[in-house]
Amino acid sequence: MRGVRHYPGFGAVTAGCLVLLYAPLVVIAVYSFNGSASITQWGGFSWRWYVDVFTGPESGRFGQAAWNSITIALLAATAATVIALSAALAMVRAGSFRGRSATFALVNLPLMVPEIITAVATLIFFTAIGLRTGYLTILIAHITFCIPFAYLPIAARMQGIEGVYEQAARDLYATRWQAFRLILLPLVMPGVVSGYLLAFIISLDDFIITNFVKGAGMETLPTAIFGSVKQGIKPNIMAISTMLLAVSAIFVTLSYFINRVGQRARG
Amino acid sequence: MSAIEIAGVSKSYGAMRALDDVSLTIGGNAFFTLLGPSGCGKTTLLRCIAGFEEVSAGSIRLLGRDIAALAPNERPVNTVFQNYALFPHMTVAENVAFGLRMKGVPEARRRARAARMLEMVHLAELADRMPAQLSGGQQQRVALARALAPEPEVLLLDEPLSALDLKLRQAMRLELKQLQEETGITFVFVTHDQEEALTMSDRIAVMSHGRLQQVGTAREIYESPVNRFVADFIGETNVLPVLVEGVEGGRASVVLPGGARISCPAAGLGPGAHHLSIRPERIGIAAGGPLRATVERVVYLGTDLQLVTRLADGTAVQVRLQNSARTEVPAPGTAIALEPEEGAARLLAD
Repeated sequence: MRGVRHYPGFGAVTAGCLVLLYAPLVVIAVYSFNGSASITQWGGFSWRWYVDVFTGPESGRFGQAAWNSITIALLAATAATVIALSAALAMVRAGSFRGRSATFALVNLPLMVPEIITAVATLIFFTAIGLRTGYLTILIAHITFCIPFAYLPIAARMQGIEGVYEQAARDLYATRWQAFRLILLPLVMPGVVSGYLLAFIISLDDFIITNFVKGAGMETLPTAIFGSVKQGIKPNIMAISTMLLAVSAIFVTLSYFINRVGQRARG
Repeated sequence: MSAIEIAGVSKSYGAMRALDDVSLTIGGNAFFTLLGPSGCGKTTLLRCIAGFEEVSAGSIRLLGRDIAALAPNERPVNTVFQNYALFPHMTVAENVAFGLRMKGVPEARRRARAARMLEMVHLAELADRMPAQLSGGQQQRVALARALAPEPEVLLLDEPLSALDLKLRQAMRLELKQLQEETGITFVFVTHDQEEALTMSDRIAVMSHGRLQQVGTAREIYESPVNRFVADFIGETNVLPVLVEGVEGGRASVVLPGGARISCPAAGLGPGAHHLSIRPERIGIAAGGPLRATVERVVYLGTDLQLVTRLADGTAVQVRLQNSARTEVPAPGTAIALEPEEGAARLLAD
């Protein structure tokens, strides 16, 4: 059988898609090393905008925003992973129960609902219960939409682990908790790490929901970048964007490889 | 004291009855086998004993104690699973020591015991390997060592040999039997392989459709099957439609196909149409025998010859002859008379 590769025009379409997806990123990455202050004129290679990010006039603002982003991402990913792991246990290991499909839909809802709707709804909710927008509201919102991203790799991994291992542990005098901690958790760990990294990146990158629930004076890196861009694009934004891009790429790649190593160890 | 007493145990999954009023006593220090085709309920019964399934009715006593309320980890039984279920992230030694670790045995002692168990199954040199690095036969021995290490009162084995190739399976049968005798632990062994059951077991329980059909020694079950299912399932047999004319003093007068009469134990059956079982090796060619048959085919089996014969009414009867120089082998098409050996003909309940 001839592969999809041999369909007429396959190469051209692929090339078109790749260019559309990655050309802007390449432009940003290249121009972040621009020696001049222009964002279109190449002025030779230089690190000056990277230096500017850390020492320039906006470095304080960006530093605070980066700190907020990273701590929120760490906390949100941790909480979301714990919740996702519990959800996966119930969905994959507890057998069939009433409302199982509904629960599955509920856990994955944030993936399907348009982000702007979630953003508006979340803001209305916080206002309704009288919670002042700020660090805490960002964190809560992030935990919520990170859950499905942590859940999917964990559940997929858990589905691949036969229940007989935990039975064998129970049979050998392990309590329910011991069977989970000593047998299931180590076996599902690649999925947990993968889910954690994914959740971390999703939280770090989020703009729309964060922008709605952050409150005045509170910035994360994406909202700080947006705020800065509104006054005109400067090359230091490109430097920050490139660094964010690198961090994202590293985490997604890590997540992918950890899952694959786990797959192989299991086989 | 008996190791396990199973009294009136039933297990239903919705409308499906996996176990139907099973009562069974398993003696201490015995190799006990649950035998039956797949879906007969033997594995379900094993899982009820281990605690992975709750019984719907009835009780299971272990050393006289009702274990219904005990979780699997509170029952002094260990299981060798069909696919071994070795923990893939632990070394062989860690796997074997796991039960002792859960029981709170200090590390030095459990390490020594794990080493001794691995020696017992001839795998001492593989202690630091991971399970994925072992062959199927080695994994099976590790699973055995792991289940025996905590010294359970009863060892449950769920078709542990089914994943091995024939040669290994045969070698493991003897080893399992030997292990049972050495350790003095009661083994409850589940299999669908009648040969396995016959060669290893002290006692066998034959099951079908969730019901217990017969319990006895290998010889009892093979030679005195109580019903058609057992006769058919264990070994090969000829089943003849017969008419019981009368019963007197525990013996029945039976009319064979073709009209000849023989006498055999009544087995609790009354007059009427029944079935009679005669094993192929317990029936021979004899001039004037009560069954008239025509030879259809002669099959060469090496140590034996198998005659496929047919009675006038169309019933096929198989006869085993020893392959020796003295045996006269009738040619296909020959008319012969067959006679069951004394005590070989057995009436079967349906």
